[in-house]
Amino acid sequence: MTVAESIRVEKLGKRYRLGQLEPYRTLRDTLVSLATRRERSNPPKEIWALKDVSFSVRRGEVLGLIGRNGAGKSTLLKLLTRITSPDAGRIEMEGRVGALLEVGTGFHPELSGRENIYMNGSILGMSRRDINRKFDQIVDFAGVENFLDTPVKRYSSGMRVRLGFAVAAHLEPDILVVDEVLAVGDAEFQRKCLGRMNEVAGEGHTVLFVSHQMEAIQSLCTRAIWLEQGSVARDGPAGEVVPDYLASARFRESETLSGRVDRSGEGRIKVTLIDTDDGAGRPPRTGAPLHIRMRVEGEFRRGNDEALSVRIAIRDSMERVVTVFSNEFVGVDLRSDGSSWIVCSVHELPIVPGGYYLDFSLRVNGLLEDKVFRAASLEIVSGDFFGSGKSEHLGFFHVKQQWSMAQ
Amino acid sequence: MKSAPLQKLVITSARTWSFPDLRELWSFRELLMTFIMRDIKVRYKQTAIGILWAVIQPVVTMVVFTLIFGRLGQLPSNGLPYPAFVLAALLPWQLFVKALTQGSMSMVALGPIMAKIYFPRLIAPVSSVLAGLIDFAIAFAILILIMLWYGIAPGPQVLLAPFFVLLALCAALAVSLWLSALNAEFRDVQHALPFVGQIWMFLTPVVYPASLVPEAWRWVYLLNPMVGVVEGFRWSLLGGPTPALMGMVVSTVVMLALLVGGLFYFARYEKAFVDRL
Repeated sequence: MTVAESIRVEKLGKRYRLGQLEPYRTLRDTLVSLATRRERSNPPKEIWALKDVSFSVRRGEVLGLIGRNGAGKSTLLKLLTRITSPDAGRIEMEGRVGALLEVGTGFHPELSGRENIYMNGSILGMSRRDINRKFDQIVDFAGVENFLDTPVKRYSSGMRVRLGFAVAAHLEPDILVVDEVLAVGDAEFQRKCLGRMNEVAGEGHTVLFVSHQMEAIQSLCTRAIWLEQGSVARDGPAGEVVPDYLASARFRESETLSGRVDRSGEGRIKVTLIDTDDGAGRPPRTGAPLHIRMRVEGEFRRGNDEALSVRIAIRDSMERVVTVFSNEFVGVDLRSDGSSWIVCSVHELPIVPGGYYLDFSLRVNGLLEDKVFRAASLEIVSGDFFGSGKSEHLGFFHVKQQWSMAQ
Repeated sequence: MKSAPLQKLVITSARTWSFPDLRELWSFRELLMTFIMRDIKVRYKQTAIGILWAVIQPVVTMVVFTLIFGRLGQLPSNGLPYPAFVLAALLPWQLFVKALTQGSMSMVALGPIMAKIYFPRLIAPVSSVLAGLIDFAIAFAILILIMLWYGIAPGPQVLLAPFFVLLALCAALAVSLWLSALNAEFRDVQHALPFVGQIWMFLTPVVYPASLVPEAWRWVYLLNPMVGVVEGFRWSLLGGPTPALMGMVVSTVVMLALLVGGLFYFARYEKAFVDRL
């Protein structure tokens, strides 16, 4: 480990057993399996959730971990934070590790906000003195002054999350490990969290950050590691790794759409692929064109000239519908003329960067033929909407506007 | 600017038998206190009579035992008033059995927190064992009232009472270490505990004096570490015949062996604990 390094991971591996139906065993089960050990034909399958992972992180570096669900991101964090121990390899770390894998760990619903601040703070590794010193800041950040002596079970879920993050935000570890905490809370809260993490990073702490929100990774991290099936697929500047990852993720998702069974409608025709880009093969970005291409297969292709109506809803990570596109809204007639692609183009995408999903429905002569929720994901990266050289993204949408002085 | 050298940590896959890192446990003492306070604060929340439960339990048990074993059963009580005799034994016994129950459940109870944050796992059983002291303190106040009522004044041996309390805690911790680890894997423990607790009480001189046990069986009887604890605690407060030193030594040695073994077992198993949960 060199002087400038704060984490060094060498050939790290973690193994899990598969095929345990029961979450826990009873003594009887063990006795039975002891008695029948000889005859047991198939030993429990094992998988390596992480295998041969090596990397090192310099002090003050902000590293993003990306990858699909099950790629090993959370396992890696659990090893780095000592929640579980590795089956191979080693980790060396220098400095106090602060882990934020969940907001409000150890909150007890019966205890008051005040008691839970102390509770959660000391679970996260703060001393009582630290908490006393920062108590007012924490309360202020969470905005719960008037409810300090109310049991947390009477809090709204939003208040609970804010309180939890407020405590965590005032940790001062040398190495901060954060898991997808931004997935909870509203947009305003998420921005507050990101802002705070930016500060922490700016103070020269090492930060490890897992998120599915590529926008957050890109704006926060200098470097990204892309995990794929428990191994490092790519390691490099976030600005290079993230677009590559998105391109591969898009490919995979469009590939699987044809195999989806969670769809409704008559099914005589089906959408088998949805592809999104900026019209030039790059990931969609705010302020650039957006092209959504849907490949349609089935009787539709025979050119029987029927009226089509297509709807595409864009949902954010909180499941809120951000906007809906439809050829009906804009008064465009689409006929089944034998083409195999339906294309929707937006000239300048006004939606702010982030992770979104697409739902679609397809009707022929008013009859529902195909409909899939979360048919594809849409990652919108940061861009210059106003052509002003600035990429400030607040709110949900950008709106073109004029400014002037008037008498 | 921080000038203190950064602490260095190396995590490897090595699985060896080792003793738990007690120095690390000490550095987490504030968290230990937090868990104890949390346990105590939460225990009687949303109950109508709250802390009174800590009074009712020993008092009612004492009354029932006095009626059944003292009056009906005519069990001897070293010449002491039976209620005082049985309450002085119930105190360390209930401390032990509650600590044992809570301690054994502790790993599973704190499991969700352990899946999210690291702290020495030993904190879980230790904090729930220590949290039992609050109920013990309340019951102790009742014992003092009973002693005043019967006009029993303790002799100089009362100075040994804290030692027997410590022994009871250690015995509870020792058994908890084994059982909490087992309970994470086999929930049978959860079902067996209340039952085992009952049987164990009758194998311990709570409702009768140890002198009632035939000489031939005495050595087996002494393998139960709670025999020494209960006899010793009762003697230190109420007087009566001095317990045999040999018995004390055997009880203590058995308890220490259980404790050290439990610590080793626990240290080995705690690494894989979260994965098994």
